[in-house]
Amino acid sequence: MTAAAPTAATRPTRIWDTFSRNRLSWIGLALIALIVLTAIAAALIAPYDPLEQDIVARLEPPSAEHWLGTDTYGRDVLSRMIYAARISIVVGFVATMIAMTIGSAIGILCGYVGGLFDQFMMGLLDVMLAFPTLLLGLMIAAMLGASLENLIIAIAITEIAPFARIARAPTITLKQLDFVEAGRALGFGPVRIMGVHILPNMISDVVVMGSLWMASAIRTEAALSFIGLGVPPPTATWGSMIREGFDNILDAWWLAVFPSLAILATVLALNLLGDALRDAADPKLRAE
Amino acid sequence: MIHYATRRLLLAIPTLLVMLTAIFVLVRLVPGDPAAVILGDQASEASLKILRAKLGLDQPIGVQYVAFMHDVFTGHLGQSLSSGRPVIQEVLLVLPSTIELTLAAIIIGLLLGLPLGVVAAVKRNRWPDYASRIVSLFGLSFPAFVSGILLLIVFAVELGWLPVLGSGDGGGLAGRLRSLALPSVNLGLIMMAYVARITRSSMLGVLGEDYIRTARAKGVRPPRLIMRHALRNALIPIITVVGLYFGTLVGNSVLTEIIFNRPGLGKLILGALNARDYTLLQGLMIMFAICVILVNILTDLAYGLVDPRVKYR
Repeated sequence: MTAAAPTAATRPTRIWDTFSRNRLSWIGLALIALIVLTAIAAALIAPYDPLEQDIVARLEPPSAEHWLGTDTYGRDVLSRMIYAARISIVVGFVATMIAMTIGSAIGILCGYVGGLFDQFMMGLLDVMLAFPTLLLGLMIAAMLGASLENLIIAIAITEIAPFARIARAPTITLKQLDFVEAGRALGFGPVRIMGVHILPNMISDVVVMGSLWMASAIRTEAALSFIGLGVPPPTATWGSMIREGFDNILDAWWLAVFPSLAILATVLALNLLGDALRDAADPKLRAE
Repeated sequence: MIHYATRRLLLAIPTLLVMLTAIFVLVRLVPGDPAAVILGDQASEASLKILRAKLGLDQPIGVQYVAFMHDVFTGHLGQSLSSGRPVIQEVLLVLPSTIELTLAAIIIGLLLGLPLGVVAAVKRNRWPDYASRIVSLFGLSFPAFVSGILLLIVFAVELGWLPVLGSGDGGGLAGRLRSLALPSVNLGLIMMAYVARITRSSMLGVLGEDYIRTARAKGVRPPRLIMRHALRNALIPIITVVGLYFGTLVGNSVLTEIIFNRPGLGKLILGALNARDYTLLQGLMIMFAICVILVNILTDLAYGLVDPRVKYR
């Protein structure tokens, strides 16, 4: 047990050291912080009510009054974009956390138990992994019906497999180490060994991937909203705003372009962050 | 090799069975009565009853399951509720168009992604590397519909170089290529990003090997060294990614087809969703599951073609 403690304590610190030296990671972190703060303070920042319609001022190009123009109902695009950040962040974060929890549990179990159970589960997860995330999400969302909760469930299901794979690999290595053997010799049950001895030693591998998968979750959310399977209107989401812009692509370019840039910025920031974290966590890359 | 292929195929059977069971359960998890969902709120009790009987929904769940499995393994995926045509026929009708698009995207992705990744690895931590990494990070971050719409706005709406809508009917080969250009570039650029990233990291691993140093010491010229000695050995992870990416590619092609108004699986799925065509959706899921499993097997088999050291056990 004591053998495990130093590894658990120093590994995150080492990851942080490498991470904080990477300039790109700070750009990603700053962007994410900005987007999350915008989402939290939406009511304070947004110049207009995102649902307030003004039929006289419909489809107005960007101006001093409406910085990013107005949509087909005369609603302020900037305000809607600011509020839409909430949906994307919440869906991305909650879905990823659910997938991370369930996926890690499956991965640890597979790695620890091994044998036929492991082979079978992994075969299954491989197929889930290869199945188009978007299609899987689309089918599930379509079956469950469009709502915030169902959207989160659908996206979470699509991301269980990758987390299970990530969690399984270190578990296999860890279970052969002395401290796990010692735990077993002391008579600890499998649940305690998996939860108390293995989990803390591999959790950083899983968390590191969280940012990359949150980026993917936000992309899927946007795509599902675009198709019409996201949070139902009139709630603003980036995906549904782009849809509206797409339907008016010939005469109102701003409707599609600005929410597109918002998605791009969010996903890019999470990817930058995730890349930096992964590089920092990978001992091979760090050594070079 | 044949032995391995057979074994691999046999191992896929339990996976397929579980997948099919999952699809069966998923479709039956639809909240409410599927018959009511299909026919709408106004349907009479009599017509609901007829539809339930037609779909076999009035049978016990066990009987439904056996019938479902029987149908799948005898190739009966049922009939589309909206068009009345067999599901397989519906799919075969639009499949060539989707295959055309995905193949074009894979070719573009490999043609651009491989050199980009190789250059990044060879010029590691210098500007070509940074440029390549930023380009591929952007490619990874673009949801397919976002990049599609931006391409459409720039090249079709603003510049007017390419058609805004649809695959050019009757335009001959030139018209076909013109209408294929934007959608395939859209998908290809995303593919490029994946290929470039994995090529870079795989090449970095290989370039550090002893045999590369030996070859260099023997005076092998850099182009030959990179192409023959390094890239060939770096190919396995690249093939894995291309194989794994197949699923994402199909998913993205759905969005791309919607944006560029091309016929294909994407529009078929969307149509099925909008029309609540429940048998078509179920059939599509089954066909995707089979496709994905087959591509996985093909990916595994492809390893042996590029790397003779791979032993099929």
